[in-house]
Order: sequence, then structure tokens, then C-alpha cells
Amino acid sequence: MPDASAAPAVVHGPPTTFLSKHVFSLDHKVIGLQYYTLALFAVVIGMVLSWLMRIHLGWTNAAIPGLQALSPNGAPGGVMTPEYYLQLMTMHATIMVFFVLTTAPFAAFGNYFLPIQVGAEDMPFPHFNMMSFWTTFTAFLILVTAFFVPDGPPLAGWTSYAPLSAIGKDAGPGQGTGQVIWAAALGVFCIGQLLGSLNFISTVLDMRTKGMTLSRLPVTCWAWFITSCMGLTAFAVLMPATILLILDHVAGTSFFVPSGLVLNDQLVPHSGGSTLLWQHLFWFFGHPEVYIAIVPGMGIVTHVLTTNMRRPMLSMKAILYSMWALAFLSYMVYGHHMFVSGMNPFSSLVFSFPTLMITIPSTVVVLIWIGSLYGSKLRINTASLFALGFISMFVSGGVSGFFLAQPSIDIMLHATYFVVGHFHMVMGVAAMFGIFSGTYFWFPKMTGHMMNETIGKIHFWLTFIGTYCIFMPFHYLGWAGNVRRYAAFTDDFLKPLIPVHQFITIAALFTGAVQLLFLYNLIYSRFRGPAAPANPWEGTSLEWIMPSPPPWNNFGGKDPVVYHDADQYGVKTASGADYIMQNSPEQALATSEGD
Amino acid sequence: MATTVPPPKIEILPAPDRPGNGHVGGGQNLIPDGANLRVAQQYSPPASSSAIWVGIAAICMSFAAFTSALIVRQGASNDWRHITLPSVLFLSTLLLLASSVTLEVARRRVASYMLGTDSHIASPRLWLSLTLGLGLLFVAGQYMAWLQLRSQGLYLATNPNSSFFYVFTAVHALHVLGGLAGLLRAIRKLGNATLRRSTLDATAIYWHFMGVLWIYLFLLLWLKI
Repeated sequence: MPDASAAPAVVHGPPTTFLSKHVFSLDHKVIGLQYYTLALFAVVIGMVLSWLMRIHLGWTNAAIPGLQALSPNGAPGGVMTPEYYLQLMTMHATIMVFFVLTTAPFAAFGNYFLPIQVGAEDMPFPHFNMMSFWTTFTAFLILVTAFFVPDGPPLAGWTSYAPLSAIGKDAGPGQGTGQVIWAAALGVFCIGQLLGSLNFISTVLDMRTKGMTLSRLPVTCWAWFITSCMGLTAFAVLMPATILLILDHVAGTSFFVPSGLVLNDQLVPHSGGSTLLWQHLFWFFGHPEVYIAIVPGMGIVTHVLTTNMRRPMLSMKAILYSMWALAFLSYMVYGHHMFVSGMNPFSSLVFSFPTLMITIPSTVVVLIWIGSLYGSKLRINTASLFALGFISMFVSGGVSGFFLAQPSIDIMLHATYFVVGHFHMVMGVAAMFGIFSGTYFWFPKMTGHMMNETIGKIHFWLTFIGTYCIFMPFHYLGWAGNVRRYAAFTDDFLKPLIPVHQFITIAALFTGAVQLLFLYNLIYSRFRGPAAPANPWEGTSLEWIMPSPPPWNNFGGKDPVVYHDADQYGVKTASGADYIMQNSPEQALATSEGD
Repeated sequence: MATTVPPPKIEILPAPDRPGNGHVGGGQNLIPDGANLRVAQQYSPPASSSAIWVGIAAICMSFAAFTSALIVRQGASNDWRHITLPSVLFLSTLLLLASSVTLEVARRRVASYMLGTDSHIASPRLWLSLTLGLGLLFVAGQYMAWLQLRSQGLYLATNPNSSFFYVFTAVHALHVLGGLAGLLRAIRKLGNATLRRSTLDATAIYWHFMGVLWIYLFLLLWLKI
């Protein structure tokens, strides 16, 4: 009886038609590019939504051209209503968190490079992999249809707290059909991510080539593997929550709607549900989601910096253990999102302790990065600059986490812009910098063309300055008591803060416009960029042993054999190179810095 | 009419003609060149073996979430009303347990067929089909349970107990349908001699897990609902 272990790992041949090559492809690389394209499309929508919100916050009565056409009820005369502001906020956050921050660093880069870096010709279940992307794409389509239903998208925020999210259209515009669409989109998204995580985990466990022991895996593989484990367990919890939410909407059940709720002078026909139940289920997924967004970036940054420092990290093991610790603790800390939910203060204390603890592995990783960079002759290119930017954003955003981890301080700051600044920097912008770093680093391999470094560096510096101008003032606004989720600050003590909002809006528009440089560089280089060599950065991992771009079967039907880990930098070799590739049997003569 | 086909030959795996020909990663990486490849493969599970456990882990997480929702919801209000479980559930439980037994018999018959000790394909196919039939009967039993509840005036939104009953049994039945699809695939692959041991093993593990999961849910519903 033939067994899978005896059969070739690849279960699909070369694509033969346009559809099988570019649309319903089984090739992990094509699927990775599809995920990247989806994320790119989603981030444009998400960013435009943020611009609309920012313009409204800075100049509340300003008419935005074209907005009325998008939503006649939400923006009569082009001036958005408070409800429409919340609807845009909900869609901005949902699109960014799920279809950009989860999709690009994990699903896009992971799909493209995980099988290559472990030395496999593809993932073990290519059909599942293809289904994973198309399921995610379907989820995205479902979500954006919320813009085109009569009441528009939901306004309950990306956290969709019950009972606001569970009682239907009487709760506000978009809380009927729009909210159901939102929940359905996320449920479908979960299926796609579960299929993807299953493939990622199986790839690492079973598809490694000869010699690729666990200790020789590049750090990026570990990052994607850890993220997959988190995704598998977190999305498996979010999906039941969305099912129960939909049932509360369409079937009249009472999972999340409490008794005695009066809305518009009408008693809501539900009873006995628990509003906190939704928060528990959501945040059990929600906090690991933060690390699902950031851990792949940590892996990418470590990989990029190691390559460009030309020497290994001070302790790669400490980085790996720290990433595992982050993943584990992320399930212990979710209650810190609920400090002001009215739960038992003792529970707050219980959740506060691991929240403070989780800063330890984060700090370990940062210290190893900084310690390794100290004294290194870092090659300054766009990829390494964005990696440094990642560290800067992660530290700046992470420091404010110390404050929010303590219930007594969080109660003051929770509903303010301080929290908005915190999570945008540590989760949003840091992850985006990881995506940029990975893009500039791997673009030559993915397309066979080099990106323009000058434009890339201008892109980095303007983005770096711009994002600080946007998100650091948020912290100040929070300290000043500026509440979040408000559509306008035209009255009372918040009025003096409007100039700060206007400054942030200008910075946001400027930083958004700067991204056109990136888009130009991406598209122009794809077609007109100089031809990329196989190993432009003199890297050691297996993606650099193949042509740029790789053939459909990665290694041309020959399985690589691995002799080293991916950290063989700063060594002296017989050939004169300062690195040894993973598939080279060559041994180092001595380390460059050690003799 | 029973059909017979020549049993497939047992493949003697050739020595690798190029490094890493086994291409299965895992423990095989520790096996030096020239080692016995067949022995090495015993330490290198095919991807489907790992994947099925990964999938089971995800399903466990989902039902853990449902369970915690049930416990929290029960304590959230005083509208918890116990309902009598439909009697047909006892029968459907027996059917699902019996299907696990027939699947194990089927696995042995498939092994005999593949090893050539039994040249008749009809026997393994019969046992797999029997498993499939029992699985279908189980799903039908769940549907009858819903009908019984409905006849008592207990609908999805009648009270939290009935809500959880419908949700738990429906989500589990959906997973069972996935298992039935796997069994159908195994029968089809057996018919055209492309069935792999790892495929059948993964299908069997999943199917047995469906049984274990149902026992858990049944006890939970019995005690809590």
C-alpha cells in the first residue's frame, strides 16, 4: 500500500491554463502574491476611510466631495453624520486588522516563503491553500457589500460589543443587515485562516527537507509557525462567537442580549443574555490577534537585520523563546481589554499581572535587536531602514502599554486617544513597517526585479516622520482627556484640542500621499526595475539559492540538503565570502570578528 | 456483483537517487545517508497525520468556546429551564459508536486487501459503506431529535437551553458531514486503487474523534440542558 511518506511531496504539476496559473492556482507562491494583492487593495480602502474620518475630526462641518454619492444618508451634502463616522471607523478597523495586518505579513509572505525556506516544493495541501485564499477573498467581498446595503455598514466598532451589535436595526444605522454582514464576513474569514494555519503547521512539521532540523529553521519560519498556532486557536474561538451573534440577530436567540433592555422606548424582545460573554469570546481571540499581526513582523525584522548586519543575533534562541512566550501569554492577558467592563476588580488584578509579564519577552527581543545592532556595520538599505523603523514603532507604542496594563491607570485612559495611539503604533504601524521591510527585502525574489532604493529611502523617511506626527500626538490627546469614538469635538473642554486634530489630519493626508511613492516604486519596478540576481542581499536561507523569480516547483525538482542554520554570517570561508548558505557543505574557517 | 481486481503490488521503496528523496522532513532529517529508508519513514509521519491532529485541535477550541458560552450564559440569568433530551439521541449515539467499530473492521479489511492476503475489494468497500450508512443514520437521528423538540414547542429561540441544544447538535452534525465526505472519498479512492494508508488513517482518526466529541456533547447536554 503506497504511503504518503513514500510519495513525492508535490501533488500538483505545472499550471497549464491561465486560470490554473493566475487565478485558481495551487502554487503557494501565486497564492502568496494573491494574498499580498488583496492586502494592498484592502489597505488603500482602509487608508481612504481613515482620511475621511480625519478630515471630519479636524474640520467637522467641511463637505467632502463625493462622499454624498457613497452614502446619501450618511453624508448629506458631503458632511458626514456622527453615525456615519462610526460606520467608517468600524470598517476602517475591520479591514485593517483582518485583511491587512493579518493577511500581508502572515498569509502573504508566509505562503510565499515558508515552503521555500523549509526546502519544500509546496505546502502539503495545495487545494486547502487555494481554498484558504478564495475563502478570505470571499470574506472581503462580503464585508465591503456592507457599504451598499440601505443602512450601510455597522457602527459598533471592530470589537462589535453587545448588546449594541446584537439587537438589530433599531440600535442605529447599519446595525441590522450591516452588522450581520460584518459577522458573516468574519466567520468566513476564520475558515480561511484556519485552513491556512493548518497548512502552515503541517509544512513546518512534515515538509522540511533533508538536514532542515528545527534548530536550523530560519527565524521567519518560526514566526509563521508560532503565528499559525495562535491563528488556529484564536480564529477557532472567534468563529463560534460570530455564529452566536448572527443567531441573536436573525433567529431571535438571547446569547448576548440581557433582559429588560429598552430601546427607543420599546422593550427589546430578548432576555437573559450576557453582554460580557461576547467580550470574553471576542477578546480571547482579539488579544492573540495583536500578536498574529506583530510576530511575523518580528521574524521578518530579525531576518532582514541579520542579513544586513552580516552577523547573527546575540541570541536567536532567546528571540524564539520570547516569541513563544508572547504567544502563550497572549491568551492570559485578554482581560485587560475589559478593565472598564464592570467585571470583578479581582479579575482585573489577575489579568494585569500577566499583562505586565508579557512586556518581558517583548523587551528581551528588543534588547537583543539593539544589542546585536550595537557596533555592527549595518548595510543601510530600504529593507533594513524599515526594520529599524519597526523597532522604533514597537518600542514607542509598547512603552504606553506599561501604563495601560495597570487597571487604576487604564480606567482613566481606556476611553481616550491614548489607547488609540498605543495600539496604532505597536500593532498597526509597527506591523506595517514589517510589511514594508519584507516587501523591499523579498521583492527581487518575488518578481525578478530590483526596487528603486532611492525612492525607497525617501519613502521610509517621510513615512517614519509622518507616522510619528500622526500617532504620538494621540498620546497627548489622551492625557488631555480627549475621548475616542466621538465624531466631533466642537464643545466644552475638547475645543482647544481641535488644532492638534487638524495637525494630525494634515500629517495623515501627507503620510498617505507618501505611499504613492511606494505604489509607484512597486509597479514601476515590477516591469522596469533592473533584473535581480538570485541572491542580491547575500543571504543564507534557501530562498536565495533559486532563480529570481523561482520556478513553479521551487527547486526545479531537486531537493536541497541543508548543512547549517541560517545565521552563518560574519565568517571566513575559503571562497572569501563572509557567509555560508544553508545548502552549502562548506565549513567556516573562522569568524570575521573573532580572529 | 462483487468485483475483483488484482491487488496492487507492495512497493519496495528504492534507495534515494538524490539527496532528500524521501522529502518528508521531521525525524527523517536525523537519519544519515545510506540508512534504511523504510525504517526511517516510520519516524516521519505523512503530512495528513499531523494535519488531522491540528484540525482536531481547532475543533476542540471551537467547542471549548461553545462550552464556555453555555456555562457563562447559564449563570447570567435565571431563565435557564431544563428540557428533556429527545430519546432518539440514545439511538443515534449507539449508531455513531457502531460506525467507529465498522470503520475499524474496514481498516483491517483494507489492509488485508492491500497486502494481498485478500484479493476481494468488495469486503473492505462493504465495511466502509456500512460506516457511511451508519453515519448518515446518525445525522438523520439528529434531525429526528430536532423534530421531537419542535413537536414539544421548543424552537431555537424558545429558551437558552433549546438554543444551545440546536447550536451544539447542528455544528456537530456539520462536522460529521465533513467526516462522511471523507469516507466517500476513501471509498472512491479504494475503488480506483489510489487510497493511501495515511488518507484512511486520517479519515478514521477524524471519524473516531467525531464519536468522542459527540459523547462529550451528549453528556454536557444531558447534565446542563
